[in-house]
Amino acid sequence: MTLLPALPIVIPLATAAMCLATAASRRVQRRLALAGSSAQLVASIALLATVRSEGIQVLEVGSWAPPFGISLVADLLSASMTVITAIIGLATVVYSLQSMDANRERFGYYAILQVLLMGVSGSFLTGDAFNLFVWFEVMLMSSFVLLALGGEQEQLEGALTYVTINLFSSALFLSGAALLYGAVGTLNLADAAERLRGGNVPVYIEGALAMLFLTCFGIKAAIFPLFFWLPGSYHTPPIAVTAVFAGLLTKVGVYALVRFFTLVFPGHGVDVHGILVWLAGFTMVTGVLGAAAQSDVRRILSFHIVSQIGYMVMGLALATPLALAGTVFYLIHHILVKTNLFFVSGIVARMQGGYELSRVGGFASKPVVAGLFLIPALSLAGIPPLSGFFAKLALVKAGIEIESYGIVAAALGTSLLTLYSMTKIWNEAFWKAVPDGIAAPRSAGGIGLMLLPSIVLASLTVAIGLGAGWLFALSIDASSQLLDPRAYVDAVLGSRR
Amino acid sequence: MKSLVLQTTTRLFEPLFLVFSLFLLLRGHHEPGGGFVGGLVAASAFVLRALAFDVASARRQLRIDPQRLIGIGLAVALASAFVSVGEGLPFMTGVWSGNVGTPLVFDAGVYVTVVGVVLTIVFGMAEET
Repeated sequence: MTLLPALPIVIPLATAAMCLATAASRRVQRRLALAGSSAQLVASIALLATVRSEGIQVLEVGSWAPPFGISLVADLLSASMTVITAIIGLATVVYSLQSMDANRERFGYYAILQVLLMGVSGSFLTGDAFNLFVWFEVMLMSSFVLLALGGEQEQLEGALTYVTINLFSSALFLSGAALLYGAVGTLNLADAAERLRGGNVPVYIEGALAMLFLTCFGIKAAIFPLFFWLPGSYHTPPIAVTAVFAGLLTKVGVYALVRFFTLVFPGHGVDVHGILVWLAGFTMVTGVLGAAAQSDVRRILSFHIVSQIGYMVMGLALATPLALAGTVFYLIHHILVKTNLFFVSGIVARMQGGYELSRVGGFASKPVVAGLFLIPALSLAGIPPLSGFFAKLALVKAGIEIESYGIVAAALGTSLLTLYSMTKIWNEAFWKAVPDGIAAPRSAGGIGLMLLPSIVLASLTVAIGLGAGWLFALSIDASSQLLDPRAYVDAVLGSRR
Repeated sequence: MKSLVLQTTTRLFEPLFLVFSLFLLLRGHHEPGGGFVGGLVAASAFVLRALAFDVASARRQLRIDPQRLIGIGLAVALASAFVSVGEGLPFMTGVWSGNVGTPLVFDAGVYVTVVGVVLTIVFGMAEET
């Protein structure tokens, strides 16, 4: 491998560089962003196809051999995540064409969005703990700028909360990386896994390491009790930015949890998974209860992100092949659905002028928008035959198989409450008559480019539901790769031993 | 506050700063130095001009919008990483012809990026007040 695993990182960087270097008109920047995101999608699909047919792909960047250099590693989970990142990236660029204001575009919105996508893809592909830290910082800085861009007061308040808690998380990550280096003398994840397995590291050190990484990734993933920053900041920026954050950022945290607690700390020394079960349960329940108390659509959806993260952590906590496959399936399903729900709420706001449920209504007369909301909303709640049903089915089945009835009950209860929340939005925005003093929804004319990505994502949700077998086979393969880290370690260190 | 002493010194020192920054860039090839510190020194020449005269004159002297420099620098650095792929070696591997190789091009990209970033920040802040 000389290039392919680096392409999902390199293409957004090149796009951002070109946007900045040409200091081009908004029109040219838009085209560059479209072309760049499309190229990223093609490259990611090529990477996934290669991994699927030829196994784990490793790129030793700069020909520096592991564990000294940085390796980019694409297994099935990483490659699938880069594909979904590219899909969301492209959808967001298209959605932004009509929803982003000219001022933000002029201030380099598209360039920064590309940097964010680079950071996300980089996090999925790197095989090095410190390099992962660097990608987290790339994501943090670009997302901070996207949050604050425009400089409205509410935005700055949200951005400050966001950056403070995330810098704290970064500090924990850095301490963890330093401690890891001190304990095993390497930052390469495969090499570290190998040395920790050797059993020469005292269990209290391994425990401290696991807890440091659990806390810092837990903040990034917004799991209980570290989620409060998310509903506090996600409703402030323009809706396209919220949508891409909601889809991708917390999921990088989940990915890091999955990677670390299957590869580096698979649970020999410390019982992390026992803690994770409790965290997963509380995350689901508190998230969904928080949502029930809100009336701003963006806040309701933000709390649901938290709640949904619980399901993904649940799969990791149970750690059976079926449960982890459920996590992988859930990640992919959730990214599509969540981004789409924010897209639709942006469309509703554009057509009537608000996110507050008491100030919208009468959308039942707009069948296209109603349908676009209904598909991801029902999928989120887990109604068959949509994608969310199969994701939850796998997790619940896995829970019953190993007789963890408590977490299964939490998952099913949360599902019901999610349905309640979605019904609430439906009743208020769609079923209810237009409230007094508010204009009826405008026609959807002139926002075709906001509808398009939403339609595509909704179709993908339906397609995943109808053809669940294919994606499920992929998830099962990804999960068996995760549960048997030997292949990963061999691919990275391979001939060096 | 315009000071004749500072302005005269600036005229004298500016070229010196720039030459020294190039020296640092090239020295970084084998010894301490490099694109980052070189870029900082080069940027400080323009910062000095902005302090002694005004930001507009520093911008005129730079001739190019610093924000564009960021993009150009990134593109140059990135391009240098692709040379090895053409030779069938992994991405970012150094390719050498005698004593000069792609790491120098990469460093030059860093140099340009640093000038761009520093001046974007400094000019932006100076114009705000």
